[in-house]
Amino acid sequence: MKGFIIKEFYHIFRDIRSMVILFGMPVVQVLLFGFAISNEVKNAPIAILDHSNDYVTQQISNKILSSGFFQRGDVVRNEAEIHEIFKKGKIKEVIIFEKDFAKNLEKNREAKIQLIADASDPNTANLIVNYTNAIVNNYQQEYFDGMALPVEISTESQMLYNPGLKSVFMFVPGIITVLLMLISAMMTSISIAREKELGTMEILLVSPLKPAQIVIGKVLPYVLLSFINAITILIMSYFIFEMPVKGSLVLLLAESILFIVMALSLGIFISTVSNSQQMAMMLSMFALMLPTILLSGFIFPIENMPLALQVLSYIMPPRWFIVIIKAIMLKGLGIQYVWKETLIIAGMALFFIGLSVKKFKIRLE
Amino acid sequence: MQTGSLEHISDNNGPIIEVQDLVKKFGSFVANDHLNFTVSRGEIFGFLGANGAGKTTAMRILCGLSSPTSGNATIAGFNVYTQTEKIKRNIGYMSQKFSLYDDLTVWENFRFYGGIYGLKTEKIRERTEELLGRLGLQGEKNKILKEIPLGWKQKLAFSVAVIHQPKIVFLDEPTGGVDPITRRQFWEMIHETAKEGITVFVTTHYMDEAEYCDRVSIMVDGKIVALDTPLKLKETYRAASMEDVFLKLARAK
Repeated sequence: MKGFIIKEFYHIFRDIRSMVILFGMPVVQVLLFGFAISNEVKNAPIAILDHSNDYVTQQISNKILSSGFFQRGDVVRNEAEIHEIFKKGKIKEVIIFEKDFAKNLEKNREAKIQLIADASDPNTANLIVNYTNAIVNNYQQEYFDGMALPVEISTESQMLYNPGLKSVFMFVPGIITVLLMLISAMMTSISIAREKELGTMEILLVSPLKPAQIVIGKVLPYVLLSFINAITILIMSYFIFEMPVKGSLVLLLAESILFIVMALSLGIFISTVSNSQQMAMMLSMFALMLPTILLSGFIFPIENMPLALQVLSYIMPPRWFIVIIKAIMLKGLGIQYVWKETLIIAGMALFFIGLSVKKFKIRLE
Repeated sequence: MQTGSLEHISDNNGPIIEVQDLVKKFGSFVANDHLNFTVSRGEIFGFLGANGAGKTTAMRILCGLSSPTSGNATIAGFNVYTQTEKIKRNIGYMSQKFSLYDDLTVWENFRFYGGIYGLKTEKIRERTEELLGRLGLQGEKNKILKEIPLGWKQKLAFSVAVIHQPKIVFLDEPTGGVDPITRRQFWEMIHETAKEGITVFVTTHYMDEAEYCDRVSIMVDGKIVALDTPLKLKETYRAASMEDVFLKLARAK
């Protein structure tokens, strides 16, 4: 058994490809998701078309440009240029103040601002418009401060668990999930398929080793490496993105191990149905990667999916794991709040182990 | 190399492989149809047949990988239904793929395979020296297997299959893809092993190799249609070579 595990480590450490997948990917993914793919708006270039150019529009413009969310991009002189400037793609939003803005505000207590955003990227457009609205509302409150408004409803929102609305808080749980899934399932399925391809699996089966020993010997190194990976990601997100772990670290790691075991059993199952490394890799890619990213709620909210996909997402193990780690890391909740999800993952692990054992036996016959 | 001489075979301890009325069915398909044969200790037993004749199925049963549908078989005195663990401990196996790990060194391969048969590192070291010495490959001990030519790999795979000094070694088409000279050297190795008392059970589709076996069985459509020494078979079927014997039998069906 010890020899088996040593041998498995030799395979991993001598294969550049495995090493890159194992150790390069977590680092690259965390940095990529953390820095490049971001839902925040920072210094978005905007243009302001000010038909009024009075002290109020000046103040509002200044407030918008000094917010840190926006910066002045190209200049627009009239309505006709707006289309042109969007086509160049350098401007995310154009703000248009109507004529006699300040005068209207004084006299009619109403003045109009038009916001035009580039919605070819809908998420960003939404955010930008919302931010601009918020800044204008803010100004309006200051402006009317002391004056009686006819009616006033003011809302005050508070963003719980992620007050800064940092997108990295949303991505880190997702990345941990994707990587654990990928490394555990893909690496084991490929390594078992490799033994089949080489014909060494035959020799192992003819040897006095029991099937269970073969399987454990194959997966144990990956449990260890995936676990190290999970810890690396947590450390990186803590120090680089200041992502907190509010709940129990022990619980978080225990849940991670459970998820790793589930992913490994899925990997073994994949290897029992594939005969070559290529096939194992393709199966892991399509059967695991895409659903993990698309259907787990990692990037796209499950509530917004069509019903059919929502139902499908119930059978995606990552979906449950993301709920668990978000609860532990961001909300600081304990096992009493995530026992249901934990049970589901444990059930899935048992299901895949059972299925693989059955498959394994059939193949032996 | 002598062929057809049985003098190194000692039958005094009884046969090492005994097969009686062995049947293996997959659904309605009969892969092995009432096989009967015995193999003596130290014998080189050739197991011949066209692809799909049922060789592999029979071999898997003898190796303890699957159970027969009916009939009896004992390997080294152990029952194929109930004592597969003990069978596995007493046999060696080499497949046509020369299954060694490409990214491990020669020594690491030997250590790993010795290890799965429960040998102590000291014993593995001793056996490795002995086996490599016999091949004259001591200098390659720490080379990664990728860098070693196919012919040597084949010999190393055979050495690995007998590292735990099994009672029987099963060779599944062990000479696929190597040149005639290497094949000849390989058969010399097999003969030396047999002289040490290890029984060799070998499948092949090279009919010239059948001549090197002590006895040969020929399987057609799941049945053993002939079993004797190569010399006797050639006499019986009035053939010049084993190739002719095989063709006559295969056509006769």
